[in-house]
Amino acid sequence: MKINDVIFQTAAKFVTFIIFTFSFFIFMAGHNAPGGGFIGGLMGAGALVLVTLAFGMKLVRAVLPVNYRILTAVGLMIATLTGIGSFVFDVPFLSHTFGYYDLPILGETELATATIFDLGVYLTVIGITMSIILTIGEDE
Amino acid sequence: MSLLHIAIVIPFTYTILVPFLRKYIRQAHTGWFVLPVPVSLFFVVVSYVDDIRGGEAIEYSLPWIPSMDVHFTVYADGLSMLFALLITGIGALVVLYSIFYLSKLTEAIHRFYVYLLMFMGAMLGVVLSDNLIVLYGFWELTSISSFLLIAFWYKREKSRYGAQKSMLITMFGGFAMLAGFVLLYLMSGTFSIREIIAKLDLVSSHALFLPTMILVLLGAFTKSAQFPFHIWLPDAMEAPTPVSAYLHSATMVKAGIYLVARLTPIFGGSAEWFWFISGIGLITLIWGSISAVKQTDLKAILAFSTISQLGLIMSLIGLGSAAIYYGYSGQSEYYTLAMTAAVFHLINHATFKGALFMVAGIVDHETGTRDIRKLGGLASLMPITFTCALIGSLSMAGLPPFNGFLSKEMFFTGMLRAAEMDVFSMDTWGVLFPVIAWIASVFTFIYSFIFVFRTFTGKKKLDQLTTIPHEAPLGMLLSPAVLVSLVIIFGLFPDILSFSLIEPALSAIYPSIMAAGDRFHVQIAFWHGLTMELIMTIGVVIIGGALFLALRRWIGWYGRIPRKLALNALYDGGLTGIERLSSRVTRSYMTGSVRDYLVYIFGFMILVVGFLLLRTGALDFIGHGSYANITLYEALLAGVTMMAAIAALFARDRLILIILVGSVGYMATLFFVLFRAPDLALTQMIVETVSVSLFLLCFYHLPKLKKEMSTTYFRLGNLLISIGVGLVVMITALCASGARLFDSIADYYVANSHDLGGGNNVVNVILVDFRGFDTMLEITVLGIASLGIYAMIKLRSDMLSPLGRQPVGRSYPSTSLRRKRDED
Repeated sequence: MKINDVIFQTAAKFVTFIIFTFSFFIFMAGHNAPGGGFIGGLMGAGALVLVTLAFGMKLVRAVLPVNYRILTAVGLMIATLTGIGSFVFDVPFLSHTFGYYDLPILGETELATATIFDLGVYLTVIGITMSIILTIGEDE
Repeated sequence: MSLLHIAIVIPFTYTILVPFLRKYIRQAHTGWFVLPVPVSLFFVVVSYVDDIRGGEAIEYSLPWIPSMDVHFTVYADGLSMLFALLITGIGALVVLYSIFYLSKLTEAIHRFYVYLLMFMGAMLGVVLSDNLIVLYGFWELTSISSFLLIAFWYKREKSRYGAQKSMLITMFGGFAMLAGFVLLYLMSGTFSIREIIAKLDLVSSHALFLPTMILVLLGAFTKSAQFPFHIWLPDAMEAPTPVSAYLHSATMVKAGIYLVARLTPIFGGSAEWFWFISGIGLITLIWGSISAVKQTDLKAILAFSTISQLGLIMSLIGLGSAAIYYGYSGQSEYYTLAMTAAVFHLINHATFKGALFMVAGIVDHETGTRDIRKLGGLASLMPITFTCALIGSLSMAGLPPFNGFLSKEMFFTGMLRAAEMDVFSMDTWGVLFPVIAWIASVFTFIYSFIFVFRTFTGKKKLDQLTTIPHEAPLGMLLSPAVLVSLVIIFGLFPDILSFSLIEPALSAIYPSIMAAGDRFHVQIAFWHGLTMELIMTIGVVIIGGALFLALRRWIGWYGRIPRKLALNALYDGGLTGIERLSSRVTRSYMTGSVRDYLVYIFGFMILVVGFLLLRTGALDFIGHGSYANITLYEALLAGVTMMAAIAALFARDRLILIILVGSVGYMATLFFVLFRAPDLALTQMIVETVSVSLFLLCFYHLPKLKKEMSTTYFRLGNLLISIGVGLVVMITALCASGARLFDSIADYYVANSHDLGGGNNVVNVILVDFRGFDTMLEITVLGIASLGIYAMIKLRSDMLSPLGRQPVGRSYPSTSLRRKRDED
């Protein structure tokens, strides 16, 4: 598989960032347009897989020394804590709320607690996908 | 939330701090930071004693799962208070003792205190909960923390063995008890003990009364180490001594006694309850005391002694339950004495047995052994320890002026009165009760003397010890000293207990035989004149003393009795048998071949869904609904999908295969696009992409795709399953769209996603908000799956021995998979 690496690698360098940005966009847009944490996370993982395919696992590991199992745990923690946070306001587990705020630069913006939960989903999905793929891929 | 709720929760919350305290403050022993918890809880409990003195109770309820009648209700009456005081009081002393017992340098004390606090909270939860389900949860939590504490030195094989044994036996009882609780719910319609007692006639006349009783008693007997379940307690002595003193003598093993006492208002008064409890109690009493005499390990003596004493308390509670049969009358007053003795002895046992365990720990700590054959003459070297041991042992033997004497006398009185009973066919069997009690007391006397005199008097055998023994540090002596001074105080002034604790506890156990506003009057006195009880005690001293002096002559007889290990052999044999059987069953279907697993999954799906379709008459719906017309695009897509799927069957090269399977997936994406479901289309597309790249990543590791040498029979099976799955799915789809019996829930989501969820993307609002719980659990499952894959792949190579493919230990599916692959 070391044949057409140059083109692939050069393209991957740019495309990865585009995919990653798009994945974040799709995650943020999720509440009102197609997208969300799950799709965004998968797409982000897709971007990472692309670099991995292009440059090999060793290099990617060195550049991005992320422990994806910990990333999974962090994501799950965020999602669970969002749920527990409901208790502070004396409402059932995982109740969400939202509001419209006037923010500088952005203008009137909707802020929803669901987004925090979705962030947890996003991180978890990246963590899970990457840890599965890397574990299987690294296996000798 | 009330103060009592917080008292239960505090130990659990505090466990979070413990590891950090250990990590960042290494100069001080972590125990010093833990000590304030039981001490302050003790004072919290004490502050309530005054409120419940007249037999009242404090109740605070906190709804937890109201739909299932599960409330976190704290209910504190005399009985709960008594136990709560024991838990926090002894707990404080044990923590203090452990500070000197466990070295902060060499032991993992943070784990120790985490488990200990967990136990403390759970045990408080058991005795303060009114709701049976909550009680059950805390009950099992005590088993778990006991398991963890017994296995504290988990590198020793005996610790692990003891931990597992205690866990299996107490959990077995716990499950039986849970079943009993559910039956109680079925009969009475409530999980609250209070309300069940109020609806007593529903329960006592029910056909399930007896099974329920047996199930609940299984829980209590396993926990309180009653015969024949007592075998776990001696092995639990592998735990550090503070744990033995706390869990395995003073508190956890008394949870069963608590439960029996707590449920006496429900079951008491029936002949079965009376016989089960007093009968098993008496057997345990005599079995434990006889077995204790032949032990040579200090802690083993105490373990069997604990078993025996628990049997004693249990039998007294059984006798006391007869009072309920007599109802509110003069006679009932006569028989409540047994229950008074039970409650009183429970307190006494906690004091002297706690002290004795701590003494055993000190001896072990200072000499390096607990074997009485190597010990002797320590009295002059360790005078304070000796004093504590002497007082504790004499109290255990039932000698004046200690508290053990008082409760032993009351025990005899209870047994003698039981012999006078004219119900439950006691007029024929009753005479046995005092006889058994007396014989057991003789043996109790002997082992108490063995414990103290074989260790502390006689010839010094310093040459057999690894260290030169000397008196323990003051801090270590403090806790046993406090306990033995209680032994003396309770012995001399028993009525300080009877007014504040015993009377309220009795009115909690006997709610029905009290007239309103009245309360029990308990008077405990030393001198009753030359009564039958006193003669029995004198007999115990004379016969016991003579037998102790002649011990060497008859101790050999034990060798001739069939070993008590018969029960242990049964346990061990049963355990290995079950293990072998289950691994054989598992191996018969966990073949390690993915194809087999897919056959199970699809076969099951065909059978269950197919059966449902035929059985429920769902097939009639086909053709009823209006199906949309098939457009050209759809036909084209379907055609391509089918072609790709069929082509995949004939692919000879793995790369082609991957591309073909991928294209089936991408076609599905196009279908979603066609049906205007952008979220699904996006997801499907990315999932396809990711899985194709996963294939590419591990491409090199996969074996060459070769023509499998498969029989026609094998391929026919595959064909049948594929066709079956296809048919079932298609028919289900046709039926489902043919039938619209209910309005779709989709309308609700569409209408409300903006107003309630604040989002315009219905799919996303469903995922994160309306059904956010599902999502949370789904990502949890995925996380666990990814960890599983990681573990299977990364840890697998460690299981193979360096020599070759022979796996070390058991063969797990992953290893057999690996071997299969290697062979390819």
